[in-house]
Amino acid sequence: MNIKAISRIIRSTVAGTVFFLSLVLVPVLTNAQEAAAYPTDEATVKAGEKLFKLNCKSCHNIDSDMTGPALQGVTERHSIDWIKSWVRGPKTMVESGDKEAVALYNKWKSSGYMTAFNLKDDEILSIMGYIETWAPPVVETALGTDIGNPETPAMSDDTITLVLGIVLVVLVLIIIVLVLISALVMKSLKGKELSEDETDFVEQKHNLLTVITHPAFIGIVVLLAVVVGLLFGVKKGLYGVGVQQSYAPTQPIPFSHKIHAGDHEIDCNYCHTGVRKAKHANIPSPNICMNCHNQIKKDSPWIAKIYEAIDYNPSTGEYGTNVKPIEWVRVHNLPDLVYFNHQQHVKVGQIECETCHGPIKEMDVVYQYSPLTMGWCIDCHRKTDVQAQGNDYYDALLKAHEASGKKEPMKVEDIGGLECSKCHY
Amino acid sequence: MKETKKYWKGLEELNQEPEFLQNKDREFPEYLPLNESRPSDSSKTEDSSRRDFLKLMGFGVAAASLAACETPVKKVVPYVNKPVTVDPGKAVYYASTYFDGDNFANVLVKTREGRPIHLTGNELSSINGKGINAQISASLLNLYDSSRLQKFQKNSGDQKFTDITKADADKEIISALKSAKNIRIVSNTIISPSTKQVIKDFKAAYPSTKLVQYDPISLSGLRQANGGIIPSYRFDKAKAIVSFSADFLSSWLSPIEFANQYAKNRKLKKGVSDMSVHYQFETVLSLTGSNADYRTPIKPSEEAGYVVALYNLLAKKAGSATYSSSLKNISTSLTKAADALWSNRGASLVVSGSNDVSVQQFVVAINELLGNTGSTVNLNTPCNLKQGNDTALANLLVEVTNGEVDAVVFYGANPVYDSVIGSKLAAALTNVKTKISFNDRIDETSSLVDYICPDLNIYESWGDTEAYAGKFGLIQPTITPIFKGLRSAQESLLTWSGNTQSYYDYLKGYWERALFTAQSSDILFDMFWDKTLQQGVFETTKVNVVVEENLEELVEEKKSTDLSSAAALIAKTFKPSDGLELVLYTNASMGSGLQANNVWLHELPDPISKVCWDNYLAVSQTDATSLGYVQGDVVKIVAPGIAKINLPVLIQPGQAQGTMAIALGYGREKAGNVTERLVGKSTTYIRNPTGVNAEGKQAIGSNAYPFVNFLNGTVNYTATGVNLTKTGTTHPLAQTQTHQTIMGRAVVQEATLAEYKKSADAGRYYPVVHTSKGAQKPNEVDIWAAPASSTKAEYEENKKNGVSEDVVTHDYPNHHWGLVIDLNSCIGCSACTVSCHVENNVPVVGKDEVLRKRDMHWLRIDRYYASQPEMDAYANEADRLKAKSDAKKAGYSALENPADNPEVVFQPMMCQHCNHAPCETVCPVAATTHSTEGLNQMTYNRCIGTRYCANNCPYKVRRFNWFNYSDNAVSEREFSAVNVPANDDLGKMVLNPDVTVRARGTMEKCSMCVQRIQAGKLEAKTEGRKLKDGDVVTACASVCPTDAIIFGDMNDPKSRISIAMNEENQERNFQVLEEINVKPNVSYLTKIRNKA
Repeated sequence: MNIKAISRIIRSTVAGTVFFLSLVLVPVLTNAQEAAAYPTDEATVKAGEKLFKLNCKSCHNIDSDMTGPALQGVTERHSIDWIKSWVRGPKTMVESGDKEAVALYNKWKSSGYMTAFNLKDDEILSIMGYIETWAPPVVETALGTDIGNPETPAMSDDTITLVLGIVLVVLVLIIIVLVLISALVMKSLKGKELSEDETDFVEQKHNLLTVITHPAFIGIVVLLAVVVGLLFGVKKGLYGVGVQQSYAPTQPIPFSHKIHAGDHEIDCNYCHTGVRKAKHANIPSPNICMNCHNQIKKDSPWIAKIYEAIDYNPSTGEYGTNVKPIEWVRVHNLPDLVYFNHQQHVKVGQIECETCHGPIKEMDVVYQYSPLTMGWCIDCHRKTDVQAQGNDYYDALLKAHEASGKKEPMKVEDIGGLECSKCHY
Repeated sequence: MKETKKYWKGLEELNQEPEFLQNKDREFPEYLPLNESRPSDSSKTEDSSRRDFLKLMGFGVAAASLAACETPVKKVVPYVNKPVTVDPGKAVYYASTYFDGDNFANVLVKTREGRPIHLTGNELSSINGKGINAQISASLLNLYDSSRLQKFQKNSGDQKFTDITKADADKEIISALKSAKNIRIVSNTIISPSTKQVIKDFKAAYPSTKLVQYDPISLSGLRQANGGIIPSYRFDKAKAIVSFSADFLSSWLSPIEFANQYAKNRKLKKGVSDMSVHYQFETVLSLTGSNADYRTPIKPSEEAGYVVALYNLLAKKAGSATYSSSLKNISTSLTKAADALWSNRGASLVVSGSNDVSVQQFVVAINELLGNTGSTVNLNTPCNLKQGNDTALANLLVEVTNGEVDAVVFYGANPVYDSVIGSKLAAALTNVKTKISFNDRIDETSSLVDYICPDLNIYESWGDTEAYAGKFGLIQPTITPIFKGLRSAQESLLTWSGNTQSYYDYLKGYWERALFTAQSSDILFDMFWDKTLQQGVFETTKVNVVVEENLEELVEEKKSTDLSSAAALIAKTFKPSDGLELVLYTNASMGSGLQANNVWLHELPDPISKVCWDNYLAVSQTDATSLGYVQGDVVKIVAPGIAKINLPVLIQPGQAQGTMAIALGYGREKAGNVTERLVGKSTTYIRNPTGVNAEGKQAIGSNAYPFVNFLNGTVNYTATGVNLTKTGTTHPLAQTQTHQTIMGRAVVQEATLAEYKKSADAGRYYPVVHTSKGAQKPNEVDIWAAPASSTKAEYEENKKNGVSEDVVTHDYPNHHWGLVIDLNSCIGCSACTVSCHVENNVPVVGKDEVLRKRDMHWLRIDRYYASQPEMDAYANEADRLKAKSDAKKAGYSALENPADNPEVVFQPMMCQHCNHAPCETVCPVAATTHSTEGLNQMTYNRCIGTRYCANNCPYKVRRFNWFNYSDNAVSEREFSAVNVPANDDLGKMVLNPDVTVRARGTMEKCSMCVQRIQAGKLEAKTEGRKLKDGDVVTACASVCPTDAIIFGDMNDPKSRISIAMNEENQERNFQVLEEINVKPNVSYLTKIRNKA
């Protein structure tokens, strides 16, 4: 075999390996930083939410101080062992002279000692998990976290890290072996008689410039760039065509759901009258606004726009006939080829508004929280239990489900929820 | 199936013509669509190249990416004051009534977001029940017709109309009316008691007013013969029915009601094995004739003779006096009819479609002779339809011509087009100083008037009806008037007579005075009003209606003369003629021509001839051969001195020899914008430019009203002495009859009543499949099952190991939807086809595409002619005629042509929703799949248009979108003009928002109204209850006047469909093409003819 050829193979292998190594390393390192310290799976977080509401909520908010401090970021401020001890016996800890505990006690002296809670390790962890995952735009409901991220990888993060780690080690070993082989070959060649051509090759000097200007190297780099670019482009670009997640258009009147649904806790159903009885939730008509705004904030220039639409004279309190509907900008746009019905989901399926619409109670400007892609719909139909109890309609289906011997509760999927004509006709 | 019978869809199939043979095995007769992007005038013929494809694809990807950069801003506009009863996305139903002067039905209007989108009959109605017909179903599109006038118009001379405000128009009209000496209101039949009261008030203000009512299709003779009333008929009580040219299932008097009654008496089930026997004597093969047990083709000149002869036959039996009849030979069918009538005395019925008083006098006499008066003919609840008075119409022409009339108001009438005095009236109208029309468009009549004050559409108006004495209906608006500039005709008349009340208040006031007092269940008028409004109908026997003053021209009603003078008049009037006799009739789709701008009706094939987008000259095969005509030849039809029109020839099996027929209602030149929009659209098949008829005029079909004439004082719809000349040009007819052939397989199964009585499964065809196990029923065989084991032990062993050799079936845990169609009840009226169009946004494709066999009907009604095979042993017509003349020479009686008088079977055909669907297995992208409720689902957004499914469908029910039929104004083809519901801004309001408007390149088909199934299930779930039978009804079943289509859940043993299939009619229940074992969820009940 030609030495030149061997050498070229070895060198390109080394170059390739190094390149792949760099590709692998970056995500592994970043991934390592992102690795979660607290359980974030659906069930645990849901349990955590329950525990939080039962035990902590009366004194703690997550994002703001109340009787006690805001709990957001608590896992960064304290170690998990410290948190465990603190929850079970804050007074003991302060009295024992723990520095962090004393500092905390002094800061919140006015509130006194926190009550001790007899919680198990996994319970405390699940609460931490809940606090971790709680953050706008992530919803309180655990369902939202999973559905909101349709591209959740099939493997868990740990497995990926492990696999990538092994690949890394193997690649490093390959490089070492290859370099060794190369050195050995060179060494063995030195004593031998070589042709002029071969001598030149063996004795040639390498520098970075010749490597990076080598056509093979350029070719590989370009190829990889194209492949990566296409993968990224197809995934983020073409899959994203028509997906308007986080679309938040400017509306003719800057109506705030935060103020109405959040601060004042007006029920969604009060304005969106169709949500339980019709296909559309219904954009509220100005006459609903007038139920309150004939008294409230009468001088606001935005409220004046409502008065203009419904032709109301606030000084006389009289309505005219020159009405002019308000043209809102539609936020949630489904294509014409799909049929979606609110009544089915909200009334029959008993799905919370926030499951799809996200933390609407905190939105000053409404944005599209969910991707509204078919994958997202299907995903939910696979996971969601049918609210069949107490609804006679489902009797036959429940019977059939029991007969099928499936242990899990009846999911939407089990009663034909993935069939085309459920949504397309 | 009858072994001895041969079924054929058209003459091309009967005669096995080359074009038919070439196309019969193909789902798509042309393999590739023509390239739409290629300019039609260019001589370049190369197809798109691969490079073009790549260019377009590259552009497509780039465009899609660019389009994705920016979110298109869509507006959402809520109500300002949301009505409490309206929730966007939820249908609201209103009871109302439809009446257009001709068609009548109490209806239920489905609205969405304040727009009417679908119609069914009102089940509370004792007249039509849930049934409506094709024309009423399609009438919704008239509401959204952009040809409607939006403002009051004034003729500024030379037929140029300009807008005028209501106030100005009122001022000018009132001053003109005040100075007018004689005022005439010309209308079609008015059945609204309150409107009559309005006219009475108008007459009080202008005492010289007279009302002239006429009907385009007049039954004046019937009314006169019955002494000024039309009785109500009970076909459900008649065990023997004889009809002389009365097409009572499609056009005569009250066809929806009669169809319902007729079918009631012809439904068979376990324990009910009797049905009525129906004899029809007629010229044209009508819908009624095609349903008759015995049909005899007769010439129109013979009809009167037949009626008198029937009277004589019965009179002999009764021992009464007979009258001389012109009929020389009494046919055996007439004798048999007389026997059937006589043996069912008191429970039989004779009707005639003739408008001749003398003929109708004999019909009245026959019914009296049979003792039917009081049982099947009821004079106590007279019918208020067809109040038109032919004499009054004739007098109007005289008065107008003599200049005696100063002002004329046309109310819901278009006499220049559709009356016997049409062209003469048009010429004489210049003598009238003030002419006013309430018509909603500039039509043939209103183009000649001075002021047009357009009436509101019936779906926008208030109103009431009294179709039969004491049977009232309310009309309520189901949409806010679309055009703010309009006003109801009644309100205009009230305004001109000085009454400032709104018509709504007037109507309520009238009901409070006249009808509230005629009932006792409600104490307060508002309660009574609300209840009636909600129910749509009100019936009472004690009516306190203000006695009607005779508003009409006080004509000396032709006194009923005695029968002998009537017989003498008949003998004098009806004489056989030498040439072909002409009959004018109306068909189920176009009627009298009122809805000539309605594309749904033009696209609807005539139930018998299956021709759409045209009328034609129907002649029999024998006459066509002797005259040398082939189908599509344009013939000039001339009645000397009266009329001449050009029409293409259609060879119509069953047409009486020596006669020809033309459908009225076509050839309107001022019907609206559809024909205008067709101008300049390119076509391939139509030699004349699209939208232009055989005469070169911009119209669809040709107008045959000029042939209508007066005879003995009444309007006559037949003509003799009409000359035909071949023009040498051709005009292809878009006929759908052989489009979806089933390729000679047995699809229709029928028997006679005698056979049925012997065995309930008479006529059933039981296919057998021969396998290694021997002869098996098809449904016992399964190609997917394991090979049969040789021993029982092996079978058990295999079964234990999970290797099944049994038939694989689907599980339907909750619902299993299906349809059962009773071929005995289906009369072929096509109401279901239009209802399906409306419900499912089915595109209208236009004549050119229909000619290419690309019609889109999801539900078609296959019409089969049936004949005895020994009669068509000849290769072609020439051979047969030769044999006929040979036989004649040899002294035999002539052999009968199978096309002379075939039997007819109607079979509604839609997706059969097979449980083992051949289409599902061939779709490469799984766009058509099976649901757990037995539906064959079609997913448009997944379909890539390979058309494999359609090629693999044994029932030929899949339809392919060859073009973008919606929003396609750029196309050179006709779609933007003909597919009004998906192209025109106003027309789009009729679309069902729950159903996708399909795009080019996708397959579509009957979905069994899955949107209705889903909606019905949702209601049940919301209420937390089980789904009840009847909660879900498909669009086709919801309008069927004869209840021939039953939809339901086959899993529910108590549902109507289960009872029909399993208990009542198990033996008659069959699946089409059972032998191929695709296990359809649609099944049929055998047709039983009451015939020896």
